[in-house]
Amino acid sequence: MRFVFKTSYAQDLGLFRDGVQRNWYLALLVGVAVLPVLVPAYVGDVSLVFIYGLCGLSLMVLAGYTGLVSLGHAAFLGIGSYAHVYVTQDLGLPWLAGVIAATVIAAAAGVIVGVPALRMTGVYLTIATLAFALIIQEVFARWDAVTGGLKGKAVSKPVIFGVSFAGDNAFYFLCLVVLAAGLWLTANLLRSPTGRAWVAIRDSEIAAQSMGVNLAVYKTMAFAYSAGLMGIAGALFAHKIGFLAQDIFSVLLSIQFLLMVVVGGLGSLHGAIFGAVFVAMLPVMISQARDALPAMLSQPFTLFGKAAGDTVFLALDRFVKQPGLEPGIFGLILVLFILFEPLGIYGRWLKLRVYFSLFPLYKAATFRRQKAYMRSERLR
Amino acid sequence: MGCIYGLVALGFVLIYKATELVNFAQGDLLMLGAFVCYMFVIWYGVGYWAAFALAIAIVALFGAALDASVLRRVIGQPQFAVVMLTIGLGAIFRAFASMTWGSEIYTLPTPFSAKATRVGGVTISHEYVSIIVGTVILCAVLYAFFTYTRVGVAMQAASQNQLAAYYMGIPVKRMFSLIWAISAGVAAIAGVLLAPVSLIDINLGFIGLKAFAAAVLGGFGSIPGSLVGGITIGLIELFAGAYLPHGFKDVAAYVVLLAVLAIRPQGMFGTVGRKKV
Repeated sequence: MRFVFKTSYAQDLGLFRDGVQRNWYLALLVGVAVLPVLVPAYVGDVSLVFIYGLCGLSLMVLAGYTGLVSLGHAAFLGIGSYAHVYVTQDLGLPWLAGVIAATVIAAAAGVIVGVPALRMTGVYLTIATLAFALIIQEVFARWDAVTGGLKGKAVSKPVIFGVSFAGDNAFYFLCLVVLAAGLWLTANLLRSPTGRAWVAIRDSEIAAQSMGVNLAVYKTMAFAYSAGLMGIAGALFAHKIGFLAQDIFSVLLSIQFLLMVVVGGLGSLHGAIFGAVFVAMLPVMISQARDALPAMLSQPFTLFGKAAGDTVFLALDRFVKQPGLEPGIFGLILVLFILFEPLGIYGRWLKLRVYFSLFPLYKAATFRRQKAYMRSERLR
Repeated sequence: MGCIYGLVALGFVLIYKATELVNFAQGDLLMLGAFVCYMFVIWYGVGYWAAFALAIAIVALFGAALDASVLRRVIGQPQFAVVMLTIGLGAIFRAFASMTWGSEIYTLPTPFSAKATRVGGVTISHEYVSIIVGTVILCAVLYAFFTYTRVGVAMQAASQNQLAAYYMGIPVKRMFSLIWAISAGVAAIAGVLLAPVSLIDINLGFIGLKAFAAAVLGGFGSIPGSLVGGITIGLIELFAGAYLPHGFKDVAAYVVLLAVLAIRPQGMFGTVGRKKV
């Protein structure tokens, strides 16, 4: 096990624990930078991963670090998307102005939700954000002048300072830069007093309050920051999907975002990214499995004759082509994660790492979670 | 319509009251109830009342099994885990329903269909009467159950402090399974009653979202409150559809929900306390 011996305060203040860690992240950055060359077919999917990564980051700040679980983040994404498209296309302002407008408007919406949310705790907040998202979705559908209503709205390719980002690769790097900037900003914010205050609120509101954390200010700030990030993600998302329709920003998308932070691992920035990779790539994998699985699984049955193999193939084929399958798989994964790995992918990775670094001395009890049998949310 | 919201809200409230969990899959249980009843009536030709009873029994058993197999594991974990779990379960139920029964829209014939009574110049169709009567009976039975029977009181005790209730000799696990069965049964009843009025399809469960508004309006954890809340939401929707511009009908419930949460989070009949550290 490596132990970093600190000899100066600069080491404590650094973003990375030590040189080795920094080099690993640099290697990751290089790896991501050459990815379009290695797998050109998946560039579009990976840029979606980056955008989802931003969304995951945003929800992670709110749900994972401040403990405010929101089921309405698709609404903020939608606000960002529509604001960006309206400002750049209908008003004809430059791209950057669109992104700034998207961020500011989404953050303002976050404050509007955040202020009444101060009086609510736990599940009430989740329900309130859900209601907010449903109202906003209806607004998207009705406000024809800005959103194009039910007809939807086509989105042009991004052009920044005269440079076109129309190509897949160019857009990929645009998303990468924005995500890296967002990660850097968030990581630094979480190390600052603001981030500490958020974590304190998550762990115990009353304890945080007695330590002098102003709940109203910090909760509203968390909402505004989270919604602002979502707004930026929305601007990119609009370009990515190329056509805005109000039914994209549904409750199901919000649930997917929540799935992202839960599957990734609540309370870690790594988790947000892991979750984004998982959620964005899962539909791709499902669609590939859809084509490959029936042939593969029916192979052994051909031993009993061609007819048996064909029957199994047809049955499997019909099964995997069911339209309702995908949300079902999402739900199943969610349930399995909550039951068996509440810490998510990042938690699993952490356990693996601890296992190997402590090799013969690892104890399962290291990560056992304390259970509380009197968790009355009524009395809070 | 308001009564249906009330019934679904009742399901939320029952589970919340007894286990302090919020079941986001309640609407999907309702959908399952409606589908099971439909299956018995149309596919197997069972009579309406028998199918009704079968649907309630099956969905209630299913609810108890769900508790025993899945939800019991998350007891003691943060409430958020349960919310996510039930959302996931709801998605699975919808996928299951669309695979079993297809994504078409069905209608359920009932003994009340296309019959109406005239009361003083107002025509009321029997389907709506059945909903109202069913709701009133169910509500009275449940209220009596929670207030006057030993099991009902034991359930309330288990909800307030699981450990203390366990020490007092209350079989907490069995209580929880029972309450899930009751709640799932209520959802099935709501589903079957709703089926003739609204059509059966896999998205029937989204009515659960509006029922949330009802439950919150009445104050989570209050049985009469959930019914009053449900009826209020139903009326508000009706009036919003009649007097406000197009589009307000669908969001009226949520606007009310937000307003209630912002102004009086404990709802009309709820109680709040402060947490001791």
